[in-house]
Amino acid sequence: MIAVPDRVTDPVVVRGLVQVAAATALAAVVVAVSSLRNLDLERELGGSFVRGFIQVLAMGVLIGALFAVPLSYSALLLAAMVCYAAWESRKRGDGVPNAFRISVVSLALGSSVVIVTMVAAGAIERTVRNLVPVGGMIIANAMKTNSLTLDRFQGEVASNRAEIEAVLALGVPPERAISEFVTESVRASLIPVVDAMRTLGLVYIPGMMSGMILGGANPIYAAEYQFVIMGMIFAAGGLTSMTTSLLLARSAFTDAAQLRAFEPTETTLLGTLRAAVKR
Amino acid sequence: MTKLRADELRYEVDGDTILDGVSLAVDAGETVAVVGPSGAGKSSLLRLLNRLNEPTGGTVSLDGTDYRSLDPGTLRKRVGLVPQQPALRDGTVRENVTIGPRLRGESVAEERVTELLADVGLAGYADRDVSDLSGGEAQRVAIARTVANDPDVLLLDEPTASLDSEAEAAIERLLTDLLAAGKRTAILVTHDERQAARLADRVARVADGRIVDVGTPREVIA
Repeated sequence: MIAVPDRVTDPVVVRGLVQVAAATALAAVVVAVSSLRNLDLERELGGSFVRGFIQVLAMGVLIGALFAVPLSYSALLLAAMVCYAAWESRKRGDGVPNAFRISVVSLALGSSVVIVTMVAAGAIERTVRNLVPVGGMIIANAMKTNSLTLDRFQGEVASNRAEIEAVLALGVPPERAISEFVTESVRASLIPVVDAMRTLGLVYIPGMMSGMILGGANPIYAAEYQFVIMGMIFAAGGLTSMTTSLLLARSAFTDAAQLRAFEPTETTLLGTLRAAVKR
Repeated sequence: MTKLRADELRYEVDGDTILDGVSLAVDAGETVAVVGPSGAGKSSLLRLLNRLNEPTGGTVSLDGTDYRSLDPGTLRKRVGLVPQQPALRDGTVRENVTIGPRLRGESVAEERVTELLADVGLAGYADRDVSDLSGGEAQRVAIARTVANDPDVLLLDEPTASLDSEAEAAIERLLTDLLAAGKRTAILVTHDERQAARLADRVARVADGRIVDVGTPREVIA
């Protein structure tokens, strides 16, 4: 199933090894000079060089292996990416009740709606080679928006707890008592995406478009495709942030409409997953 | 007739006992002052009565009904809390005074706003920005904000704690009028025993999360 051996014997890979040897020789010169001058850095320089080579090669092998797996595996891979992104993201809302679960739901919803729509529209090819990197990019950007939503929400509630409770004490429904701060969290989380969209092509020339042009693509098509990518990032971010804020507004209160204390909880991925399964 | 009754209220936070079995009955139209040193649990008691926090034990009844059987929104409308800090939202005095009904989707007549502001001595302040108010004025807006709900019971948490003596005297006069005029039931939390004696029909003394003495101001405050 996994075609690693073919890839290893590929003539391009063999030629690459010669280039790696040349680069290694240059690095060896640096190590040698360091040794001659008694800088005592040989171990550190050599170590980082070898380590970097192993890591990047492992990544290449892994990506190569991914291209060989059946298409259905990409859904699994994207789901794993969503979980890990949610895990990283939830740290931004330290103490926000259910931050991990909310992040999983929002990231899954925001990115899957966009990925499925764009696959249906033909903007993302139905191949692992396309789905995984483009999907990963969408998830990573949705994660950024999600983290900003969590971070801002946590900050808004921490600094406006008295204001929220003063209104809650008047018998105002919790979602209305907190809505002003929820709106602020969504607005703040979308600033980077909105600004990137506004300056697209004028200040911000995205890497993907540059890469496509360098790779020989028609610049107008590169521009169109870049816009499609930006649109996907925008939509996934917006959907994620809105879902997160909606769920956060609910999760911040008890059944008796009391504003919960925001206390840091589980710190390990395994513990959180176990707790989520138990619930 | 008993309006509000606390039965064996207990409240613990992270293993610390804040309230240790507090029972208190307040008659309709009566003003009860709760006095005691800071940290005794006075503010926590008011938060439990408004159900902003959940008691760890015991319960509260309003007109004989267990408050856990009431919708929290309805309960809080009827048992209104004026917090120690006004905690007003950015905007005008009018927006803050009407925020309760407004956020519940109810409209407030202009005459009602005028009447509420006149009652708290802020006639003509409706369009002022709350950031321009003094501490005493902000406290008045906070009182009007709770009174706008026309609650059966008014819970007042140290209404004059952060004010100078002139503003304190003015707020006390306002409370005397407010509590006498509507025959409103009230619980006043204060660290100032003389204020308790001036405003309350009865006084409850709290120490270490328990009520240690209840009676007329003359009986409790030596």
